Amino acid sequence: MLSPMYLAATSNKPLSDSSHQPASHQESASHQASVQSQNQPPIRVVLAKLGLDGHDRGLKVVARMLRDASMEVIYLGLRQTTESVIAAVEQEDADVIGLSMHNAGHLALAPRILQALRDAGLDVPVVIGGIVPESDIATLTEMGISAVLHPGSSAVEVAEAVRGSLGEQPVGK
Amino acid sequence: MNQLEGRSSTADLLEQAINGKRRAQGQLLTLIERGGFAADEVTELLHHYTQSRAHNSTLAGARCHAAVVGFTGAPGCGKSTLVGCLVAKITQEAGVGRSPAVLAVDPSSPLTGGAILGDRIRMEENVPAARSDGTDRTANAAVGGGAFIRSMATRGHAGGLALAVPAALRLFEACGYGPLIVETAGVGQVEVDVTRTADTTVVIVAPGMGDAVQANKSGLLEVADVLVVNKSDRPGAEDARRDLEHMLDLGHMTGLTGQWRPKVIMTTATEGTGADQVINAVQAHREHLEHAGQLEARREARIHQEVRDRVSQCLETAAEYHLGTKPDPLAAALKERITPAAAAAAISQHLLASDMPA
Repeated sequence: MLSPMYLAATSNKPLSDSSHQPASHQESASHQASVQSQNQPPIRVVLAKLGLDGHDRGLKVVARMLRDASMEVIYLGLRQTTESVIAAVEQEDADVIGLSMHNAGHLALAPRILQALRDAGLDVPVVIGGIVPESDIATLTEMGISAVLHPGSSAVEVAEAVRGSLGEQPVGK
Repeated sequence: MNQLEGRSSTADLLEQAINGKRRAQGQLLTLIERGGFAADEVTELLHHYTQSRAHNSTLAGARCHAAVVGFTGAPGCGKSTLVGCLVAKITQEAGVGRSPAVLAVDPSSPLTGGAILGDRIRMEENVPAARSDGTDRTANAAVGGGAFIRSMATRGHAGGLALAVPAALRLFEACGYGPLIVETAGVGQVEVDVTRTADTTVVIVAPGMGDAVQANKSGLLEVADVLVVNKSDRPGAEDARRDLEHMLDLGHMTGLTGQWRPKVIMTTATEGTGADQVINAVQAHREHLEHAGQLEARREARIHQEVRDRVSQCLETAAEYHLGTKPDPLAAALKERITPAAAAAAISQHLLASDMPA
């Protein structure tokens, strides 16, 4: 069972009226979560690694973090191409793309995926996670990457980065 | 999608979808999954579209339906890999005009509502066609576009499928896809929903499923139209096949197995072995249904089931809403003054006598 604090911390939107009560009862917190997931459709996230990069353990951890933050994860895994990611985003109607990068390809691959999204007429935010030097983060965000997550990011930080990439939209859609 | 509202009306989306725009098809599936008013609008529009098309068309068979094939089995038995394999074959061989569409269902978390939808990863290993170039296709429907795969979470629906499955299948049909493939979430013994959704149900087992007693238990195995022993390169595959054949023999003896005796097919989906036989067996079953005049009966059963599911959902929503207000009988049961059964009876009586919330 997840702790109520976890659910509160990763809940879909700024605490609503009913959740101003301290989340001291596990029951009420999980009830709240289930009510929330009924009222607001889950955020759908496509997770993938591009090209020749076999380090997918981090991506699997992220998939689990997002699942436990009430999101639906379409897990594409290894050896994807920009084309296969775009096709999945179209067919799955994903809200966010999460890319894991551990092969120093981020400065080459990020512009490629952003261009492919523009070409397909898709306005879907991209979050990158993995090994990215601090000095590259500004370059990536300037070109349009929504957020960059580093190893050691907590479950809450990961979920917040995904939600944050959707701007001020009330979560979901 | 975030930008959906206000940008494009549902009717516009449907027009784009029918003209083959995959992005619009994906967005409509989201509306269908979301349920409520938006989903009702999509299904109404779809209904009008198919009705008018059938009415206006002078082509024979304008009302012909796409075949719906269900794949079900225990978690990890190889459903997605096998489906990927079959879709690749169908896509290669279909040539003109037909592209398969797949609805791949995986479970939602009962705790958070989240889900890991991990069917697509298995299918794409076999289906390069699923990697489309993302451009619009203005030609009719799915022509040349390869397979369309949509992952769906159960979102609280039991029985191995999602509530949105029937409407999603109708959308696929209107957009010209076929055959339509439904892959259930991993199931055990009792989840047989898929038989009321599909024309043909393929049940997949893996070696080590149990002995002859297991094979003769009621439930999933007895509703199969085609039986597949996947991972047939593993030890015990022949034993599984023998136990299934014996199970079918006994069904024949007791008269339960009718005119159709399911074939038992050995496959190794990771290598594509046996895929052709599965396709042939599904085809043979469909011909049997047509020949025996059962196709229409199955379609009626499908509509029956959908209506029943929706009635159940309405009642459940009403019950949840009512229970959320902590009615007296519930309070009494919580204090153990009355039994849960008595509380349920009182609440049900009250609910059925009052107007349901929409």
